[in-house]
Amino acid sequence: MLTVELTKKWMELFYDEIDKNKAYLSELDTPIGDGDHGNNMKRGVTGVKEGLAKLKEPDLKATLQAIAMALISKVGGASGPLYGTAFLEMAKKCNETQKPEELFTVALEGIKKRGGAKEGDKTMVDVWAPIVKTFSDGSFSKEEIKKAVESTKDMEARKGRASYLGERSIGHLDPGAMSSGYLFETFIDAGGTK
Amino acid sequence: MTKKIGIVIVSHVPEVAAGIPRLLEQVAADVSITFAGGTDDNDIGTSAAKISTAFTENKADEIAAFYDLGSSKMNLELAVEMTDKKVHIYDAALIEGAYTAATLLQADVALKDVEEQLAPLKIK
Repeated sequence: MLTVELTKKWMELFYDEIDKNKAYLSELDTPIGDGDHGNNMKRGVTGVKEGLAKLKEPDLKATLQAIAMALISKVGGASGPLYGTAFLEMAKKCNETQKPEELFTVALEGIKKRGGAKEGDKTMVDVWAPIVKTFSDGSFSKEEIKKAVESTKDMEARKGRASYLGERSIGHLDPGAMSSGYLFETFIDAGGTK
Repeated sequence: MTKKIGIVIVSHVPEVAAGIPRLLEQVAADVSITFAGGTDDNDIGTSAAKISTAFTENKADEIAAFYDLGSSKMNLELAVEMTDKKVHIYDAALIEGAYTAATLLQADVALKDVEEQLAPLKIK
């Protein structure tokens, strides 16, 4: 069950992970993007931290909304509206259900709608889609997350700036898939599967 | 008199967003044209908040919106969800599309005819 405490812990760990891997994310983004994914995400998670600190005894909905607004307004690149939409959709749904599986499902639908990407386009969807599925067969784990991130390496980009490179994008991990991997890994570390 | 339909320009670069209206104003003195460029910190990128402000500041209640690259469309769509104004997003080449629309809106051409002329300029 997603709770305010779990969400806060999750965002703290996500901040640490992005901070630690900022240079690596930008490095992944350099051959196939504009080399700023690490900095963009760092700006976003910093905004999330500040946004959450301002809330006084928030409920889950207010917590998720604050995360969404911070990501939308601070990230700047495509990741801002995409991650922001994911959390906004979770916020809309969370009074009805707190099951991670169902919340991640609506988040994924939001990402797909906002960005227009399908599975196989070499985007964050290639992590979100298979990971959402692992909840139903109980295989949600860091191994599955890693596998999903790695799967983007051999794909040809069909969305975002990497798509301008066409088949030259093959052989590179997608940076948005990598940061999504960190998001799910830190969800596990925060105790999301307990 | 200000025309019924306004134009909003969205670009990753503050100077690009600010520069295009200068071009359009030459052919569309009565069309309200506002713009949103860069992130909240004026870095390269787009901002849904800035786009919302451009919608609010536009004198028209109906808006034709033009943008440059991928993520600006996503932020445009987010801003559309936050405004009460009627916004049409066009996937046309930014400068050529906006210039065409400005010229035609100034001449009171109906929106559906404007859209017909924008169709061949669609590049995304």
